[in-house]
Amino acid sequence: MRRLLIVAPLLLGSVPALTPVAALADDDWVPPVTDAVTRAECGSCHMAFQPAFLPAASWRVMMGTLKDHFGDDASLPPETTAHIAAYLEANAADSPRGMGRKYLRRLGPDAAPQRITEMRWFVHEHDFPDRVWKRPDVVTRSNCAACHRGAEQGLYEDD
Amino acid sequence: MRATAPILAAALLAAAAPAWTTPAWANPARDSLLNAYAAQAKAEDPAFTGFSAERGEALFRTRWAGGDERTPACTACHTEDPRQAGRNAKTGRPIEPVAVSVTSDRFTDEDKVEKQFRRDCDSVLGRACTAREKGDYITFMKGQ
Repeated sequence: MRRLLIVAPLLLGSVPALTPVAALADDDWVPPVTDAVTRAECGSCHMAFQPAFLPAASWRVMMGTLKDHFGDDASLPPETTAHIAAYLEANAADSPRGMGRKYLRRLGPDAAPQRITEMRWFVHEHDFPDRVWKRPDVVTRSNCAACHRGAEQGLYEDD
Repeated sequence: MRATAPILAAALLAAAAPAWTTPAWANPARDSLLNAYAAQAKAEDPAFTGFSAERGEALFRTRWAGGDERTPACTACHTEDPRQAGRNAKTGRPIEPVAVSVTSDRFTDEDKVEKQFRRDCDSVLGRACTAREKGDYITFMKGQ
């Protein structure tokens, strides 16, 4: 049965054409950050995390507390902060586009989590031994690109 | 009329020069930023006479341990060799070399430079850097 399933696609001439669609529809693809200001500012100390990982309420809190951003002063000019906040909220997990609904499972309607790495699905999908987290190129759990080479482009299947 | 031709030619040459004769460390935006820091340094301390690459290097290598424990010195992220790529000690994000000979557009955007000094001086020294320190640091990196 299993062998049949593997062989079947090979018989279809259209497989190569279908592959990109399959990749886009994949569970491990998240729309990448397309706004240049957001990419530059949020990406200056860490990877610019995709807005679909958190609900709008999270981004609202985060952009309102940049003075103490996980212990660092990441404050920006007010107009830059407003621009980025608008982009993040418009593309958040619970935005009408709905690209990140799956990341909100089991979250209360008013929840505004700040750390993607502490969300239930993240912890569940990153259940690795300590030696993995202690690799010198990892440094911290939020360093997606250490293992997911395509993280910046929203590709997370290469783990 | 005839006299203006050589002058024009010279002007054109001068305008074209940056493309092929200017060394990596000479950049008008960086020079004007350094001039602004020099004026500020002079205002902060009338005894200021100029920036020093040696002081800049000392600033770069000193273990200040005055700020975040993950960043006791500039070298915590930028490595001991400014010509090497670094890694943010807090986030793991790769950092392009600070040395101007490797990353030629370093210290050419005033807003970016000021923002980085504000964040990094706070993180490493636990205080803001003075204009003299900023100028010393850039002067050191210009020669690297």
